[in-house]
Amino acid sequence: MTVTARAGDPAITAALVAEHGLTAEEYQRLLALLGRTPTFTELGIVSALWNEHCSYKHSRLVLKTLPTQAPWVLQGPGENAGVIAVGDGLAIAFKLESHNHPSAVEPYQGAATGVGGILRDVFTMGARPIAILDSLRFGSLDSARVRYLFGGVVKGIGDYGNCVGIPTVAGEVVFDPAYEGNPLVNAMCVGLLHERDLMRARAEGIGNPILVVGARTGRDGIHGASFASEDLSAASDAKRPRVQVGDPFTEKLLLEASLELIASGHIVAIQDMGAAGLTSSSAEMAARGDVGVTIDVAKVPVREEGMTPYEILLSESQERMLVVAKRGHEEATRAILAKWDLAAEVIGEVIAEPVYRVTEGDRVVAEFPGSRLVTDCPMYSPPARESEAIASLRARDVSTTPERAEEQDPGWTLLQLLASPTIASKRWVYRQYDTTVRTATVVRPGQADAAVVRLRGTDRAIAMKTDGNGRYVHLDPRVGGRLAVAEAARNVACVGARPLAITNCLNFGNPKRPEVFFQFREAVAGIGEACRALDTPVTGGNVSFYNESPSGAVYPTPVIGMIGLVESLAHVTMSAFHTDGDAIVLLGEPTGELGGSEYLAHIHGVVAGAPPECDLERERATIAALLDATRAGLVHSAHDCSDGGLAVALAECAVGDAEHPIGASVELDAWSALPDRALLFGEAQARIVVSTADAPAVLDIAARHGVKARRVGTVRATSGRLAISTASRQVDVALGELARAYHGAITRLMTPAPPEAAVLEQHPHPASF
Amino acid sequence: MKVGIVTFPGSNCDYDAWHAVQLAGASPAYVWHKETSLDGIDVVILPGGFSYGDYLRAGAIARFSPIMTAVVDHARRGGPVIGICNGFQIACEAGLLPGALLRNANLQFVSDMVRLKVENADTMFTHAYAAGQMLRLPVAHGEGRFTASAETLDRLDQEGRVVFRYVDAAGAVTEAANPNGSMRGIAGIVSAEGNVLGLMPHPERAVEAVLGSTDGLGVFQSMLARVSA
Repeated sequence: MTVTARAGDPAITAALVAEHGLTAEEYQRLLALLGRTPTFTELGIVSALWNEHCSYKHSRLVLKTLPTQAPWVLQGPGENAGVIAVGDGLAIAFKLESHNHPSAVEPYQGAATGVGGILRDVFTMGARPIAILDSLRFGSLDSARVRYLFGGVVKGIGDYGNCVGIPTVAGEVVFDPAYEGNPLVNAMCVGLLHERDLMRARAEGIGNPILVVGARTGRDGIHGASFASEDLSAASDAKRPRVQVGDPFTEKLLLEASLELIASGHIVAIQDMGAAGLTSSSAEMAARGDVGVTIDVAKVPVREEGMTPYEILLSESQERMLVVAKRGHEEATRAILAKWDLAAEVIGEVIAEPVYRVTEGDRVVAEFPGSRLVTDCPMYSPPARESEAIASLRARDVSTTPERAEEQDPGWTLLQLLASPTIASKRWVYRQYDTTVRTATVVRPGQADAAVVRLRGTDRAIAMKTDGNGRYVHLDPRVGGRLAVAEAARNVACVGARPLAITNCLNFGNPKRPEVFFQFREAVAGIGEACRALDTPVTGGNVSFYNESPSGAVYPTPVIGMIGLVESLAHVTMSAFHTDGDAIVLLGEPTGELGGSEYLAHIHGVVAGAPPECDLERERATIAALLDATRAGLVHSAHDCSDGGLAVALAECAVGDAEHPIGASVELDAWSALPDRALLFGEAQARIVVSTADAPAVLDIAARHGVKARRVGTVRATSGRLAISTASRQVDVALGELARAYHGAITRLMTPAPPEAAVLEQHPHPASF
Repeated sequence: MKVGIVTFPGSNCDYDAWHAVQLAGASPAYVWHKETSLDGIDVVILPGGFSYGDYLRAGAIARFSPIMTAVVDHARRGGPVIGICNGFQIACEAGLLPGALLRNANLQFVSDMVRLKVENADTMFTHAYAAGQMLRLPVAHGEGRFTASAETLDRLDQEGRVVFRYVDAAGAVTEAANPNGSMRGIAGIVSAEGNVLGLMPHPERAVEAVLGSTDGLGVFQSMLARVSA
């Protein structure tokens, strides 16, 4: 059919093409695909689909190297979320995604809509969301701007998830000047479904109607996806209107209505209208189903008069879905939505002709042959080269970093580290998140190394955690990539779960810079190695490039979202010591490593050295030994050693449970050959602190798995102190002091709320009395 | 006994209330907010959540849902009603309970395990507890600061209508133990006739040991024993 330009559309010029983020070569590719000059609407569509955020054009070839298969994987990458089987016909859908750029300019809405988008990705698979996790990175809390961003993001996540009624159960928050101008906001959703209800976003059935469902389409968020595909700059603030506004109430209605629709059998496909809105949802559903579609934008319910096809196609108004219904089931579909006070309009249909066509009434405003719009997207393998500056940072011998005078007392160092916002308790954060709604949360934030959510009606549960240490990846991307997976697996194992599969969110700088692409390629390679070794395939994920601000790129930060299966609720294990007289056993071995540690960064301001070695075979064996001991009922508590090393891990075991601090005495003189600070604060991997009533049995299991292990101390309920001795030094700190440092740090840094409450009190609502 | 759990648009604790009621041995049923009759329902639960997004004021729109006319009639006839969290807010907005629930004093959403003291164990919702018994229940709300005039507060106290108060480990009402700045540490109250209970903490989330507490079960057991009797 003939495509005609609309009156009032701007002429297609080189400048307009550039403004749409297309390179000259990409524009040539578009001309070849169409065989003519595109209309303004078509240029908008291509700009939306070929930007980095939607097309993965710089990452796809590298991502293909990741392992994605296992017998329990029901849906790997390519759908709205990955899905794994967890037994009894039950399955878990899960996905992790970034909302970094929006959150950098509008933290509250940026984070809120990040949660909204990831929820929709999961419930469109036919899964009911059961948990949200968040992985956050900010600059230093000493900056007022960072406190504003941090406070806004936390409130945005909380307000959205709380309102929809999905518990936010775990995550991490890391503070480092590297994220000063470009915070990272990654949200993960975990959903539960019956395998038989698994829904895919694949348009099928010639003649089937396509409906837009949910909120009306407005002018918000146009080009949000392209905004996410460029560096942040001083001008970014002016792009705040590209950030969408969330409406969690409508999301809740959409969630219930969508699950009801999927169960009803009236529809064949459903997809979130997320990044690039109607354009990407319709084009992707058509490409997956290998069918044609035609859409009439004049039929899309809009919020305001006079919206052009370009605006309707590119709007990122939130809380909308695209549905392919069965022909003849339109009214039944509408009735379900009407029950939830949601609108549904038929806007198009699935057609046999291999074409992606958009009309405005009778006029064709855009038309692309077949699914080439999606499949012919350019793919790049840009040059990769390691930065020499980083290579020399890694080569630096950090063991010679002079000690500060205060470090004569390692108790001082320990208190400093416990009060480091990255290590300190995140209670200030999770106290704003509803963690117990849906009455399935068995392990809440702050209780253990991962969250645990039970599967109602069974004796099993799902463990979940996000992890990723950007500093390690910065210093050595290959090792850092491995470590991110290994730590997530260890955390999930500590709560008593077998690691099953991961999703990831890969936050990097500008991929056109060879040193950034090198980090990306190497980190993905490291993730792949670890996933193969630990048998935790990748089921999907998200790439966020262009995390750069005028102050430079963020640390390359791949975040891993790990899912594990707790085979019996009896295996659920918390991280804090709790029983007087228990033996403290260290699984794994301290080494002399200090590179990339929180100790060096926080105490000395040094980010250098090689990150800790990652021996994947040892990681695998350590996890296996721990799980065997757990299944044997031997493990009273388990906590992995990560940021801040063994001393911090022991302190967290002692005072992590704020209500029940408990003392311990630990002797580390077996490792007298190691420097004290490396022994106490080095971050050697594959180590887990376990408390048990039967140390010989635990040591025996460890030996059977070839894991080095040693009894290092005893839980002492009445001592009121944590005492750790090395061959030459002694940490001896009162529990109250440790608890103050650990539990109070972030609250102290965040300015208390203004006394607005007093004002409100004078104006209560009269009708309520 | 049939317990009707009203689902408003935005309710999100209806599912939890359903399971708690079932666990307590009663038979739960969802009641859609657009319905107008409570036929066959012995007890009404207004569950937690964000009815209508709480966009105007928590509970302010839900009170106009069609089912609320029947709920108010049911309460006036002496029928038991429990409003939990958003349900407490709705009950206040509907005039079933005095006072109002304002934004938390620290202006933040508060999700935590709190300690409560059973101030009156002689109500149809609390007789399974001992007077003065300490409970651990979760709270999760942004607008839970119970507020009323001094006269209303005095009356509530004098009539023994304050059922639960936020307390510290020693059982004392303190600022530190109060998660939202509620006046006089009030966490839950009953109506003058004693048949409507409103509380901000979530008893339905504390009904199984695996969830960390079973202290909420008493609310459902009390009611079940009294209504079935």
